[in-house]
Amino acid sequence: MKPNLTPTLVATVLLVGLYTGSVVALRKLDTLRGREATLEEVLYVPSGQTLKRISLGYSGLLANIYWTRAVQYFGSRLWHSSHFELLAPLLDITTDLDPHLIVAYQTGSIFLSQRVPNGAGQPDKAVALLEKGIRANPEYWRLYFTLGFIHYLDRHDYKAAEQAFDRGSRISGALPFMKVMAARMAEHAEDTATAIAVWQAVYDTNPDPMVRDAATMHILSLEADAAIDQLERQVNAYRRRTGALPSGWSDLIRARLVPGVPLDPTGVPYRLAGDGSIQVEDPSKFRFLGEDRKERN
Amino acid sequence: MTSRVSAITINTFREAVRDRVLYNLIVFALLLVASAPLFGAISIDIEHLVLVNVGLSSISLFGVIIAILVGIGLVSKEIEKRTLYTILSRPVRRWEFIVGKYFGLLLTLVVNAALMTLGFYLALLATEQKLTHSDAGLLVAIYFIVLEIVMMTAIALLFSSFSTPVFAAIFSFALFIIGTFGDDLRNVAASSNGVMRWFTTAAAYLAPNFSSLNVISQVAHDKPIGGSLVLFNTLYAVLYSAAVTAAAVLIFNRRNLK
Repeated sequence: MKPNLTPTLVATVLLVGLYTGSVVALRKLDTLRGREATLEEVLYVPSGQTLKRISLGYSGLLANIYWTRAVQYFGSRLWHSSHFELLAPLLDITTDLDPHLIVAYQTGSIFLSQRVPNGAGQPDKAVALLEKGIRANPEYWRLYFTLGFIHYLDRHDYKAAEQAFDRGSRISGALPFMKVMAARMAEHAEDTATAIAVWQAVYDTNPDPMVRDAATMHILSLEADAAIDQLERQVNAYRRRTGALPSGWSDLIRARLVPGVPLDPTGVPYRLAGDGSIQVEDPSKFRFLGEDRKERN
Repeated sequence: MTSRVSAITINTFREAVRDRVLYNLIVFALLLVASAPLFGAISIDIEHLVLVNVGLSSISLFGVIIAILVGIGLVSKEIEKRTLYTILSRPVRRWEFIVGKYFGLLLTLVVNAALMTLGFYLALLATEQKLTHSDAGLLVAIYFIVLEIVMMTAIALLFSSFSTPVFAAIFSFALFIIGTFGDDLRNVAASSNGVMRWFTTAAAYLAPNFSSLNVISQVAHDKPIGGSLVLFNTLYAVLYSAAVTAAAVLIFNRRNLK
């Protein structure tokens, strides 16, 4: 007997049609609710300790979920918003649930400390998070490094930075540069070379791509800053010598003030403006140009 | 055709209301709803909030538990008791059996939800001495809970159409948990790349999404729920449940019952 295929065919067509309709409705719901619906609810359970008790022993899994939420929350606001109110509570809950989740302290504190719009602009909360991390994981020297880094670059508290690097350098397994950092904080805290060395260490020790991108951008900006300072001094020297501003790099080369057309750290020539100022060709590659220098001064 | 589907619907309803498991769960849910004022009494300044949260969460949780525990046995029980063969030997098509079972269970669950809602409003009345206009807004959250139950019933029926009750229960609970993390799943999809993005996006849309149906916290804080949200949540729940029921029909049609 030949099987009746009509119900199967109708069910298949209905399945495809109805499922497609449900996806369209769900997408419309997403638009209606906006991006924050899930994360706003976090505030209704603000205590990590409470969450830990009701997690039925799965606090590690819950910590991973909260850490993912924190990263998504940060990523969704980076460059677009200056409001990061939930970032600190999310990180606090994450580390309450799993006090040994090092990445939440190490990377989360950098998310917190960076200036808006590159971060939440909350260095004091970042310090509190790291100190909590150090209390739970005193053997982990990298947390001291991040603490010193935030005291140095975001809080400009060089004494506290020196102490953090020094405390970290005494932990077994700490890399030798921790001692170097402590010494630099004591003597050369305001040098550009010190800032570059600190960012380079961040790049070398942090696996998070967002943090490493920020570190690269800071290093490029600091190098360009230093070069621009130097080049502007040469322009001033030319003006003192000739009484006029140089019309282009060729004037400075002929005057033997620069050996050739100077290149920025990405290999593109600097632009010499009519008023004698030096500019980079593509400012988007040097997002922090002038900022680090301004902050330290 | 309609009379055959409605006959199965009514029989399923009758059979479900005789189920002792169902009564145990309803009594337990009502007890929890009734105890909400006690929780409220020991909380400072958030009595109403605790009452609403405990009451609505109980209706939601027990609605889903009943949908799963009763839904998973819908088909397998009929096979076990061999009553399915009697039904299908009559001029009843397999799809009519599945659709009738779905509506029968849905009717049972809607009646349950109505009972629990009545209990909840009685608890509200007992605590606050009167019902206010904002208490009527809580009905939106209850309506969304019913929509959630509509979806869970279809899911339980789908698994019941091809699996044993134990596995059907495990699969249904798993999908319920995944559904409550629906927004997170889509956030993960949005922040992934390549094959992982395709895979997680497909999984996010294939699994139910209960996130937009959970407005308990909002109504507890007297926040208004927009009409468009009600409309599109209804549309989504109806379309998704119909699609899942169509999948159940498809599987059950191909199933070898010998």
